[in-house]
Amino acid sequence: MTVDEQRTFHNPGRPAQLLISAAHVLDPREEIDTQLDVLVRDGQIAELGPAGSLEPSSAVEAIDATAKHVFPAFVDPHVHLRTPGQEYKENIDSGTAAAAAGGFCALIAMPNTDPVLDDVAVLRSLVETSRREARVPVGFLAAITRSLKGTELTEMAALRDAGALGFTDDGKPVVSAGMLRKALQYQRLCGGVIALHEEDPALTGDGVMHEGAVSARLGLAGIPSLSESTMVARDAALARYEDARVHFQHLSSIESVEALARARELGARVSAEATPHHLTLTDDIVRTLDSRFKMNPPLRAERDRRALIDAVASGLIDCIGTDHAPHAVHEKEVPFEQAPMGTIGLETAFAALYTELVLPGELELDVVIERLTAGGALFGLPTPRIARGEPANLVLADLGARFEVGADGYASRSQNCCFHGRTLHGAIEMTVAAGAVAFRSGAVAHDGALSAR
Amino acid sequence: MSATPTAAPTTRIGRHLISIDDLDRAAIERVLDRAESFAEVAGREIKKVPALRGRTVVNLFYEASTRTSSSFELAAKRLSADVVNIRSAGSSVDKGESLKDTVQTLSSYDPAAIVIRAPHVGAARLVAGWTPASVINAGDGKHEHPTQALLDAFTLRRRLGALDGVNLWIVGDVMHSRVARSNILALTRMGANVTVCGPPTLIPREIETLGCQSTVSLDRIEEADVVYVLRMQHERMHDSFVPSLREYAERYQISLARLRPGQLLMHPGPVNRGVELSADAIDSAAALIGEQVKAGVVVRMAVLYELLAGAQPRPSGAGQLATAGLEAA
Repeated sequence: MTVDEQRTFHNPGRPAQLLISAAHVLDPREEIDTQLDVLVRDGQIAELGPAGSLEPSSAVEAIDATAKHVFPAFVDPHVHLRTPGQEYKENIDSGTAAAAAGGFCALIAMPNTDPVLDDVAVLRSLVETSRREARVPVGFLAAITRSLKGTELTEMAALRDAGALGFTDDGKPVVSAGMLRKALQYQRLCGGVIALHEEDPALTGDGVMHEGAVSARLGLAGIPSLSESTMVARDAALARYEDARVHFQHLSSIESVEALARARELGARVSAEATPHHLTLTDDIVRTLDSRFKMNPPLRAERDRRALIDAVASGLIDCIGTDHAPHAVHEKEVPFEQAPMGTIGLETAFAALYTELVLPGELELDVVIERLTAGGALFGLPTPRIARGEPANLVLADLGARFEVGADGYASRSQNCCFHGRTLHGAIEMTVAAGAVAFRSGAVAHDGALSAR
Repeated sequence: MSATPTAAPTTRIGRHLISIDDLDRAAIERVLDRAESFAEVAGREIKKVPALRGRTVVNLFYEASTRTSSSFELAAKRLSADVVNIRSAGSSVDKGESLKDTVQTLSSYDPAAIVIRAPHVGAARLVAGWTPASVINAGDGKHEHPTQALLDAFTLRRRLGALDGVNLWIVGDVMHSRVARSNILALTRMGANVTVCGPPTLIPREIETLGCQSTVSLDRIEEADVVYVLRMQHERMHDSFVPSLREYAERYQISLARLRPGQLLMHPGPVNRGVELSADAIDSAAALIGEQVKAGVVVRMAVLYELLAGAQPRPSGAGQLATAGLEAA
């Protein structure tokens, strides 16, 4: 594996020494789906053996994981850390704590900060802060255009040299096809995946939710699905013409999935993500007018949700990204139309997918694990694997454990979670990221203690 | 009239009136029946009953309003409540105070009800979560205006006896109209067949899921027993929803020439004369516009009464008092 050390940044913890015994280990890429002992020495997976085969020693913390699962840890390609500029919503410490609590061993942060991550100085300061505060490795996408205004390219090559993983104007589309084309051309020089928030502002208008029966009932201005899908189709054509590498962020509609499928058939180098909320919720829940359900793209209709699930199952949609988008309580405690768009999602991603899709039989568990771990590799980051010699990036989860979302607060600084108050199955009990324990729940006793339960 | 109360109606309306969805048909009938009894009070020389004596009603209006605000004020006063009127101009709302802070401040005066009009969908529902008072939605953005729909139902029921099977057309800018939404819900619940009609750019996709039909042409307008005309707002031209007022009027203006004898005409006000309605139609015998305005006071009295009277145990038994007052007349 080639760990690109230059493009993720964090404050490395003490290398883990763990013996996780009798866990149900599931790693679809390694074709592991069985009960094993996992020995982690000095932050690396040192040994895998049949349950009960590895002996505990005083040098390692022993964790009895009978009836629990171990997965490769997840990688989130779509997170808003709100730093710099909006640290009251999230900072790098709290955002990476939320990631670790959700089973993520790495994440990719979006550049729509204040100031925007559109020059090398901002990136350098973020790298420095991450080396101090980040609990899991963080990679950064820089802006495609200065100030996300869509009119001038950023210094993409300099940003790549300074460590940017890729580029996006996320939160906004690149409205001008000509501008995006130049960025795609420039990618040939500097590399870096170009990730796109697809939306045609002329079709979105003043829209605040999906256009359909619910918006008609509520009198809220609708965002039609084709606001997204026409841009997916346009930009797939541009990507194909320029042979560029493009990633479509947070797809939400059936028409977009169709446009993606067509682009793939034609050989375009395009990948795509879907969020846990678009996979599990529909616009019907917006009838509550609870601003936690206001996000962009909006929650869409059941047929859209079904199409997204099918695309995740088939692999047409490559990965899950949370679009973790924190907002302060006072910003969300306003009428729906005035509330900012976004939901937090790092801490609930796995449990939401497991509860709403795996348990009802909509998706297989191994598919969910594969898609939750795939988001980094699309941007050139290593894929977490459970194999001898690999750095330890793994999750210990209790699929039998239920919890009420938000009942014990959030690791995130914000509380705007669209799953707030729901009872979900599948608690993350420990996350090992880049070889160090980044999170452990109350269920796993602390360092040094033998045998948690 | 449907009202022959042999026994006390069992349907109570809830603590708030946020949406027509808060009311089933029986609850609507109950409010309309109550309004009938207040209409009788309105005919007296002293138009006041003591039902809400000592209780406070706050009217919190974040949008301009003549009919709704004045009729709520009058309704509360005729029920002997103390009334506080707050408009966004000159209040701390203008100083950037959040809706939540304003509502919590007003709640410390212990009002029995807060009547709220705001330009945003869902504002009334939010307010209901922040105050112990009963909340009445006097219009929340393009969402709902339930008391308008109730007074329209009252007006129609008085004229027609019942709404079952009545064909009612709502004509105009349905997309931006809270009056249209509340009326579709209320009038279909009362048994009417509702058709919405307007320019295709102003008819929301999937509006039929509210239980109405939709059309973009007045061709079949003679099918309507009642033509309910919506206000056409001038700013819609700027957004290119319609190319010009001239073209709008040509296609959708309701004039006497477009009405057949016996059709009734309604409008929530204020009217743009010469745009959605011609002057001859407004002033014709078909028009119920004045009756709608009159109904506004008694229907809002009924809503306040149903929500508040007897909702809390009052030392003087305010609920009984009011009823006794009515019977004594």
